[in-house]
Amino acid sequence: MDQTLTELQRTANQIRKMTLQCIGELGVGHIGGSLSLCELLSVLYFKVLRINPEDPSWEERDRFVLSKGHGGPALYSALALRGFFPREELSTLNRPNTNLPSHCDRLRTVGIDMSTGSLGQGFSCAVGMAVAGKMDGRPCRVYTVIGDGESQEGQIWEAAMLAGSRKLDNLIAFTDYNKMQLDGYIEDVNGLYPLDQKWRAFHWHVQSVDGHDVRAIWKAIDNAQKVKGRPSMIILDTIKGKGGWFCENQVASHNMSITEEMWRKAVAQLEEDET
Amino acid sequence: MTRETRWLRETYVDLLLEYAKKDPRIVLVEADLAKAAGTNRFQQELPDRMVNVGIAEASMISTAAGMAAMGKLPFTHTFTAFSSRRVCDQVTLSVAYAGLKVVIVGSDPGVTAELNGGTHMSMEDMAIMRNIPGMLIYEPVDSAQLRLAFPQILAHGGPVYIRLLRRAAVQVYDEASPFQLGKGVVLREGRDVSVFATGIMVAEALEAARLLEAEGISAEIINIHTLKPLDRNLVLHSAKKTGAVVTAENHSVLNALGSAVAEVLAEECPVPLTRVGVQDHFGEVGSTEFLQRKYGLTAQDIVQAVHSSTQKREAWK
Repeated sequence: MDQTLTELQRTANQIRKMTLQCIGELGVGHIGGSLSLCELLSVLYFKVLRINPEDPSWEERDRFVLSKGHGGPALYSALALRGFFPREELSTLNRPNTNLPSHCDRLRTVGIDMSTGSLGQGFSCAVGMAVAGKMDGRPCRVYTVIGDGESQEGQIWEAAMLAGSRKLDNLIAFTDYNKMQLDGYIEDVNGLYPLDQKWRAFHWHVQSVDGHDVRAIWKAIDNAQKVKGRPSMIILDTIKGKGGWFCENQVASHNMSITEEMWRKAVAQLEEDET
Repeated sequence: MTRETRWLRETYVDLLLEYAKKDPRIVLVEADLAKAAGTNRFQQELPDRMVNVGIAEASMISTAAGMAAMGKLPFTHTFTAFSSRRVCDQVTLSVAYAGLKVVIVGSDPGVTAELNGGTHMSMEDMAIMRNIPGMLIYEPVDSAQLRLAFPQILAHGGPVYIRLLRRAAVQVYDEASPFQLGKGVVLREGRDVSVFATGIMVAEALEAARLLEAEGISAEIINIHTLKPLDRNLVLHSAKKTGAVVTAENHSVLNALGSAVAEVLAEECPVPLTRVGVQDHFGEVGSTEFLQRKYGLTAQDIVQAVHSSTQKREAWK
């Protein structure tokens, strides 16, 4: 188990470096909310999801919806690392005619299950996927990630109510709780506290874990898979811009300009930390 | 022309059930207006195929999109106002941008919302839908036409907006009528003026043609049941023949049938056009008949519009 965990952490670092590089080469992007996702993506794509890069539209696969669609670059890095498309394609991020736009697009990118970007909608679509999965008695699960800022959208709570009411235990959701949004700290803009109690009140099974600890994430997902009669929310305590010396824990990291020196130094530091 | 005895919504539910029993992909997503649509009958017969999300229209559309991504063919329903302006972003992104097929049914179009009044009265739903790439917009005239259209709607490769009158329609079509989505129908040939009409305005246009005949004016009456994609060829063919055009819709004259025809005429065949429809107003409470008179949506209004277009044609010579 420890070896697997070490491997998952190494994979998370790899996703983080690839994310830094593809946004860095472009020179601008949603770096903060991408870097906070790396540990989760490592656990999902290298341990949890029942998927097949050789057959990306396999009907019985687990679905994953990145409702906070601006985290696309981190997800593309995970997909490339998992073998859905060549790693070289990451350098086309947001370039003309790319298959890798800022926000996820199911029609353009192999391995993307839902187009997202207008906040609140992807989560609601994920609930629809779980409803359809239940209707057909399919064994697959639906996993989805929302942002903490995104949780200010009314549609999140419309869908939360529906999922709780319909007892969708085939749905496992995560909140990337990095405490920041574009305009500042969540609690200063429009507070979410107490977030866990809100989800419990909507009849969800709720866990709160360190979102940069692959062991804790994995264990929480394992718990969630055993829950019957309720959807699961795993609140990931994360740091916006995690692992980037120029953006970690900074509100300005939501969408920022990045020089070559900045991203190269960050990647070098991450490599140094690994040894 | 006679009014049908059953409400059009009953035909819609008949069709939904008939085809859902044959096609397991078909599911229904409602937002607490199943009784208004009559789809509680669907719920009784196929309870496992219906999801009622409660009073949450945005959730309804995105939930349906998620189900479509899992291989379902979802129908959603709420009143036209909430099927369009309230969920414009969800229809645009969760459905159309994502390349998913959902059939979005909006009921009680325009003045037919009657006593629900201005808040529930959509004068702009087709205008909103028309700007969404890939959206097919269909407004049935009567039950026979809806029957003809239904299998074609199921077979269509993209999202569809059905602007559904709930109440009893005036019968215009019969089950043997030729029908193709995207192709307008010449209901009456004429020489002097082309009248393009949709929804409840088709019966008004046919009545106007009868009144005009008494004046010696020969009006060509064409039903544009599919606003998008518009049958440009038919619009141009008729406009070139008559040289004067009128449009008639139970909707704002902005950005729906009147505008679509104006665009084609301006680009290809500039002839006089007069648009019958709601002239940039909100709705209000009233019977359909009262509101048709108030907003200028009657056969008599079409007759006046025909005079206006034919006079302009002479003046512009």
